[in-house]
Amino acid sequence: MAAIIKVKDINKSYQRDNFEVPVLNNISLDVEEGEFLALMGPSGSGKTTLLNLIAGIDKPDKGSILVADTDIAKLSESELAKWRSHNVGFVFQFYNLIPVLTAFENVELPLLLTNLSKKERREHVVAALTLVGLEDRMSHYPKQLSGGQEQRVAIARAIVTDPVIIVADEPTGDLDKKSADDILLLLERLNSEYKKTIVMVTHDPNAASKAHVQRHLDKGDLV
Amino acid sequence: MKVLKLMFKNAFRHKLRTSLTIVGIAIAVIAFSLLRTVVTVYNAGVDASSADRLITRHAVSFIFPLPYSYKDKIQQIDGVELATPLNWFQGVYIDKDQFFARLAVDPETVFKVYPEFILSKEELDNFKKERNSCVIGIDIAKQYNLKIGDIMTIDGDIYPGRWDFVVRGIYKPKDKTIDGTQMFFQYDYLNERLEAESPMRANEIGWFAIKIKDPNRSAEISAKVDKLFKNSSAETKTETERAFQQGFLSAVSAIITALNYLSFIIIGIILLVLANTMIMAARERTREYAVMKTLGFSAKHLVGLIMGESLVISVLGGGLGLLLSFPVVDGFGQAIPKGMFPIFYIEPITIILAVTAALSIGVISSIFPLIKALSTKIVDGFRFVG
Ligand SMILES: Nc1ncnc2c1ncn2[C@@H]1O[C@H](COP(=O)(O)OP(=O)(O)OP(=O)(O)O)[C@@H](O)[C@H]1O
Ligand SMILES: [Mg+2]
Repeated sequence: MAAIIKVKDINKSYQRDNFEVPVLNNISLDVEEGEFLALMGPSGSGKTTLLNLIAGIDKPDKGSILVADTDIAKLSESELAKWRSHNVGFVFQFYNLIPVLTAFENVELPLLLTNLSKKERREHVVAALTLVGLEDRMSHYPKQLSGGQEQRVAIARAIVTDPVIIVADEPTGDLDKKSADDILLLLERLNSEYKKTIVMVTHDPNAASKAHVQRHLDKGDLV
Repeated sequence: MKVLKLMFKNAFRHKLRTSLTIVGIAIAVIAFSLLRTVVTVYNAGVDASSADRLITRHAVSFIFPLPYSYKDKIQQIDGVELATPLNWFQGVYIDKDQFFARLAVDPETVFKVYPEFILSKEELDNFKKERNSCVIGIDIAKQYNLKIGDIMTIDGDIYPGRWDFVVRGIYKPKDKTIDGTQMFFQYDYLNERLEAESPMRANEIGWFAIKIKDPNRSAEISAKVDKLFKNSSAETKTETERAFQQGFLSAVSAIITALNYLSFIIIGIILLVLANTMIMAARERTREYAVMKTLGFSAKHLVGLIMGESLVISVLGGGLGLLLSFPVVDGFGQAIPKGMFPIFYIEPITIILAVTAALSIGVISSIFPLIKALSTKIVDGFRFVG
């Protein structure tokens, strides 16, 4: 199988006050198509930073990141925005749903950037919400849902555009054991049934055990 | 679901805060409209005063009278078309709160010098015929429900005694800026009684209004009039009606200038109120904007979302304020003594200014939160803790 994500010799540092804080040192990483990869490591080791680079919401200082043969490190801001909307599904630790929109509207949000008709959008949204088991909660607002349900809405939002890769940053970090297991089961299904490539950052060994591959970051180095 | 819908939902996310902001803008717009109305109404009075009319009064003060006989002498001056005497009568009609101008005039000439008061030929003829007749403005006729033939009884104060007048004419102002609240009666009626009761005060009038043939010669003709009466017992001061009006109201004029500035300061205050609301709102939504950017929404969308929200609030507040301005300005017009501002209404320019102000405030208030939202990098947006 070919690598769908090829991270090559990237460096990333952040400016804090007046000095540079190196976060990632010459990281290289390949992710095969259809893989389910868990990124682990202590707090502050650079997991979120690496994930953000792969997902195209931040840029490396040096090196290249090929995702499905596009070097996203070379794209402009607006090209990146467009690329993200077609290729990446995002799942965050704190769900990041828009509180004034219903579950349905939250899932529909990324589709507003497509040319789909209202009817087609509706079909996609219903399909995505059905997949995560929330077809009966479509008109609920985020605050009317449990944490696990919110995260499932977020997953529905991540898959509704049928992205190439799904990135998840501690998707179970804020959930109880039962809800966490539901979410992990869902991610496994997306990986096995729908052949989605998933990169998941996690602290939780139980979560990591669901992945096929585990990689560890430590102080900016992959080990 | 459209971005538009999200914009409205955002605007009313904090119902109390948004409502307070809207009410704040509305109150400010009402204050703005009221102040602007006072300013424009005042200016309209000055503008309506004619440039081809001169006012001749006593050189020392407006309160000293001039001999009636000056009329014929002024009439002789080259460039003068027509001179007409006017005399402030005042008196009390019904009670002291009924304030409108009551003037003793020359019926033969007054409406020729003041063509902006429109009176039918028939009514003018009747006015000339009857010694104790009077002509009133249509606004006065409406206010006191007076008709042709009715008697107006005035209790004299400057000129003591009981004075009965028969309404023989009702004039209409030429347009909205002209005062429709004056009352004119024959000077002869006043003078006859003065000759009988206090001859010392007879044959004197307050001032002359002079219609000139060429407005460009106003300075020259004014000088000629004043020269004519130099070294007499009653020297004169002549100026254009406009200069006279401005001078007469110069104290008021300073206040008007202050009100003018104040009306724009109010706009500044609304700007701060809305900008504050928008900055708070956008700050709370830092993460949401990061989410939207992550999903691929562009600067264009964020501009629409944030500026749109600001405009929704400013337009609602501005609209509400403007709507309420009409009854408030009306009520204010009723509350002030009639005749102080004879014409009191919201000018179209005030409406245009208020609408423009509301729209610009909507746009300007969104600029700072917009710059902030657009310049915040996605990763920083997610790390933001409110
Ligand atoms: N936008 C940023 N600006 C400045 N410093 C940053 C930024 N993002 C990350 N850092 C710094 O980079 C380092 C790595 O951060 P990162 O969030 O990638 O760690 P992490 O492995 O995800 O940690 P955690 O497990 O706590 O989420 C930290 O020291 C962090 O303070
Ligand atoms: Mg992290």
